[in-house]
Amino acid sequence: MSDRLAIGIDRIKCDGHGVCADLVPEMIELDDWGYPIIRAGAIPPSVLPHARRAVSGCPTLALRLQRVAARR
Amino acid sequence: MSIALLAGPPGGQGMESLSPHQQRLGALPAVPPALIDSIERSNLRGKGGAGFPVAIKWRSVASQPGGAPVVLANGGEGEPLSRKDRMLMEQRPHLVIDGAMLAAGAVGADEIVLYVGADHVGAIQAMHRAMTERTASERARLRLVSAPVRYVSGEETAAVHFINDGIALPTSIPPRPFERGIDGRPTLIQNVETLAHVALIARFGDDWYRSLGTGNASGTTLVTVGGAVPQTVLIEIPQGMALADAVNAAGGITSDSDAVLLGGYFGGWVESSTAWGLPLDADALRQLGYSLGCGVVAVLPAGRCGVVETARILAYLAHESARQCGPCTFGLRAISAAAGRVAALTPTPGDLEHIQRWAGVLAGRGACRHPDGAAGLVASALRVFAAEFQLHEHDRRCSVASLAVAAS
Amino acid sequence: MSSQLLWYTTRGAGAVSLVLLSAVAVLGLLARLRFESRGWPRFLSAAVHGDLALMTVVFLVLHIVTAVVDPFTHLGLAALVPFGSYYRTLWLGLGAIAFELLLAIVATSLLRRYIGARVWRAIHWLAYVSWPVAVLHGIGTGTDRTALWMVAIDVVCVAAVAVALIWRVLVAPPDPLADERRLAAERASFGTGR
Repeated sequence: MSDRLAIGIDRIKCDGHGVCADLVPEMIELDDWGYPIIRAGAIPPSVLPHARRAVSGCPTLALRLQRVAARR
Repeated sequence: MSIALLAGPPGGQGMESLSPHQQRLGALPAVPPALIDSIERSNLRGKGGAGFPVAIKWRSVASQPGGAPVVLANGGEGEPLSRKDRMLMEQRPHLVIDGAMLAAGAVGADEIVLYVGADHVGAIQAMHRAMTERTASERARLRLVSAPVRYVSGEETAAVHFINDGIALPTSIPPRPFERGIDGRPTLIQNVETLAHVALIARFGDDWYRSLGTGNASGTTLVTVGGAVPQTVLIEIPQGMALADAVNAAGGITSDSDAVLLGGYFGGWVESSTAWGLPLDADALRQLGYSLGCGVVAVLPAGRCGVVETARILAYLAHESARQCGPCTFGLRAISAAAGRVAALTPTPGDLEHIQRWAGVLAGRGACRHPDGAAGLVASALRVFAAEFQLHEHDRRCSVASLAVAAS
Repeated sequence: MSSQLLWYTTRGAGAVSLVLLSAVAVLGLLARLRFESRGWPRFLSAAVHGDLALMTVVFLVLHIVTAVVDPFTHLGLAALVPFGSYYRTLWLGLGAIAFELLLAIVATSLLRRYIGARVWRAIHWLAYVSWPVAVLHGIGTGTDRTALWMVAIDVVCVAAVAVALIWRVLVAPPDPLADERRLAAERASFGTGR
């Protein structure tokens, strides 16, 4: 059966451009300094296309999709 | 305890050489085929702070594809309040090397890196001397590496990063070191105290090891006791011993105390009334919502303000951030600045609320656990010193006479 | 298809390509400003930059194809090889170079997820070569290069890119963590200072 996907991030690559929060606000919002706060857990199927766009739209390629229950 | 990590010649006499070590404990045994099973039954957990079950770690490394593994004996000890790793290496280097050899045998590693802080000169000298006393074939597999002493330089990926590229800063995962670490090979990273315990378990068995603990706890553990005690001391206690008993063994408290810092800078504050009865056992503490961390017990003396001490620690943690991730670099810095203002009785309106909010979104948002540790410390301080924080922010008063102001 | 139509299309598509490419360059240079407003969310800058680049490629293909198939120019596919054409070898060669660099940049951008940020960024720097070479190609061999309207377009495009470049160099805020990272790395190694 298909695993559910979650949004993972490389915190060192992330430079706080904030494009992700624009593209998938259901899962990502920005803190006071423009860095993403990512909702843990599975991405709802209706939101998945937006999450994919956010992943490919990240200027530093810091985002990725990973199976749920991958820690860190 | 007749056999334990620190038993034997008193610490003041320096390192225990190979000959007395072998006379006392017997020669290094060959790696028993079921060593990992024995370690598992002994319930040994890592002593670096994370408390991860040792047997599971070894099995993970042993089963990795990707070349012969490497063992890294982690004596980085960046925690300023902790003394155990450097003193263990200084006094019982052969226990550490024995443990590393056994680990290497159990996971199929052909190389061992002994990772020591460059400032810990006594430890470096002792480990170096101890290496010269080993057999030629053992020496061929051993490498001593000294790294800059910073708070994060003992972090697993930072240690690997330093050995690979000369920079002791954490890296992002995946991959974790047990998958790909030194030279891209599976790397078993184990705190030096953990390896010392392994050296004894391999000789005397897991039944013996379990019997050393109190109640359900197994084995002994090294604890650095400081603060309101006659002097900072390193003691070895049976796991499960009550915190108050450990403090008494360290000389007893020299003043009243409201709170204890348990686990180090990335541990947390505990109100003394609760702290005295806490069992010093990693498992039990975790279940109660606390952390033994790297075995630091620091008793807050009377006359020292918890808010001021917390601000001082946060300033240190903010300074020691690897500065690679935005949330830690900016968030922790802002928390530290606000805490400093509150401590100095010059708060900006909203500082406490900001601290709470920022600390609430700090955990899990860095490449390593540095921000998590800081967030935990802040949360515990806000709980334990709640009244004092309110006093500082709203009334601009400190209930403690001395105002040693934190530098922010 | 009449040769006149092809010829006009070549020239028109060439001019449009220059305008589009200049807009792409301006947006790319100003990306560092991380501009955003209520009507212009963050992701739009990079998205428009990329979409305009794709449009540029479309118009360039039109420009090149109409030029190559035009029986009057006798250009042939050799024109696509830099300096491979007998007709205005140098200037056409520059055009071929600019186009091929642009293709490399666009291709790597579309495949960015698979080649990684470092390789992508290295190739992207070729944009600093592609745009000026394209301008030179137009000035050197453009049929309309002396026409007032074309000169006006040239001036506006060059000015816009120049202003954006100066703005980027002088004003664009650096990556907020750049200095921090360098400092921390120095302190975590035995390089310069502890």
